[in-house]
Amino acid sequence: MQVLFLVCGLIAVAFVLLITIYLIISGIPAIREVGLTEFLFGTTWAAGDGEFGILAMILTSVYGTAGAIVIGVPIGFFTAVFLAKVAPPKVAAVIRPMVNLLAGIPSVVYGLVGMIVLVPWIRVTFDLSAGDSLLAAIIVLAVMILPSIISVSETALQAVPKEYEEGSLALGATELETYFRISVPAAKSGIAAAVVLGIGRAIGEAMAIIMVAGNVANMPSIFSSVRFLTTGIAIEMNYAEVGSLQRNALYSIGLVLFLFIMLINVLLNVVLKREKED
Amino acid sequence: MHQTLSPFRRAYDLGARALLYLSAALTCGLLLCLIGYICFRGIPGISWSFLTTAASVLRGTVGIFPAIVNTLYVIVVSLVVALPLGVGAAIYLTEYASNRRLVEIIEFATETLAGIPSIIYALVGNVIFCVSLRLEKTLIAGSLTLVIMVLPTIIRTTQESLKTVPQSYREGSLGLGSGKWHMIRTVVLPSSVDGIVTGCILAVGRIVGESAILMYTVSMSTGMQDFSTIENFMKSSGATLTVALYVYAKENAEFAVAFSIATILLALTVLINLAASLAGKKLKR
Repeated sequence: MQVLFLVCGLIAVAFVLLITIYLIISGIPAIREVGLTEFLFGTTWAAGDGEFGILAMILTSVYGTAGAIVIGVPIGFFTAVFLAKVAPPKVAAVIRPMVNLLAGIPSVVYGLVGMIVLVPWIRVTFDLSAGDSLLAAIIVLAVMILPSIISVSETALQAVPKEYEEGSLALGATELETYFRISVPAAKSGIAAAVVLGIGRAIGEAMAIIMVAGNVANMPSIFSSVRFLTTGIAIEMNYAEVGSLQRNALYSIGLVLFLFIMLINVLLNVVLKREKED
Repeated sequence: MHQTLSPFRRAYDLGARALLYLSAALTCGLLLCLIGYICFRGIPGISWSFLTTAASVLRGTVGIFPAIVNTLYVIVVSLVVALPLGVGAAIYLTEYASNRRLVEIIEFATETLAGIPSIIYALVGNVIFCVSLRLEKTLIAGSLTLVIMVLPTIIRTTQESLKTVPQSYREGSLGLGSGKWHMIRTVVLPSSVDGIVTGCILAVGRIVGESAILMYTVSMSTGMQDFSTIENFMKSSGATLTVALYVYAKENAEFAVAFSIATILLALTVLINLAASLAGKKLKR
């Protein structure tokens, strides 16, 4: 029996290896054909003309993620402090399931609402010819990362020993001074983990932003139609023929995205390890 | 005490408190608006025939019965494969493993799998199952890709609940002369069944909400599939609820139908979350 269970355990390892190897094997040929610098730093992606530069997608993913973090983290962080410290237990018991629900809503549903409500709103408010833009994607992503930021930060804040806060209160600090100057610094690695997790979710999201970002591979600017690394794969995958250079270039984008994700995973592990040591 | 606070500290206190309440109100308001808007646009389109028939161009009716059936298909097939694998892995990690290093490697792999975005699974699943294994774009290929995605969820929740089984149960069973496998089967697994159920519910939630994987490993047809023989069952291929939503919204521009599907997905999410928290509560006791 032991061997059987060992095999089950090793399957997770096998899957990770399988994914890594498949991505490398399928991702390398196009990079070799296009040239690494041309592929990574080329600014035009035009599959029809044989131009495969993904700099625009890389920058869009980076800016989009950064934008989502800038909007989502403060709101998520303050909500977490509210839930962990200020909210009466009954109120917190109502809000927590709501946050979980926000986390469970399928990404296409966010995309649909973004497409029908947010995109026209951006078009009218900023007087543009089309509302599909980096801004729309950033707002949708910010909403989608909220729940993970809230729940991970809240858990970290809950774990701060009561004595720390009692000590601060006894010395005459107000409750909120205590929360922000004692509890938050004590929970800082947990909160950092929440932010890294949010980055990971934002950079990997595809289906919600494919519906609001316009999907033209422009260099990113806030009101232009943009293509992320994820949507760059998604938008052409069902059309690119197996074996063609275009198809192989999609695998190469996948490889680049995978490297980004692995980097974030390593970062997350470092942060979590530091938290354990604290 | 508050009278003695300096004006600056009083302002800090007030400002910080306002910020906290505002953020929490914003989060809740956002969710309520989202739910309200989706239901407002979606509920009028939901009827008995919408849920129980296929869309028909001839009669001019829409129905999402095929999408519901396809969703059930991928849930059942993925769980049938992922559950034994995930529970087995968790049993190995908590009951058998003696090599620390190996446990660390397996746990690292599980965490990595949990962090991989679904578009990567879609890409790799398409290469492995659809192209290399010649399954074409079928529900089977999609379900197998989903197995990889939900495996970490099942492993982790099962592992958590196996850890909560008191050591004395194991010692008692072994002391009475049972073998290790017999002990796991009759003592450990029955007392951690709540955790395994929670894992399954969470996995179902992820499968229901998943779209990218199913869009690139399964076809997007919204017609009724034929499951009558085993061969047809293996070859069937069609859109699940999330993919159908995408097709209606982005390709057919039939937004009323899309919102009705969104309402149903929302209701399913609420149900799944409720079930998970009920099972979780039972687990704690």
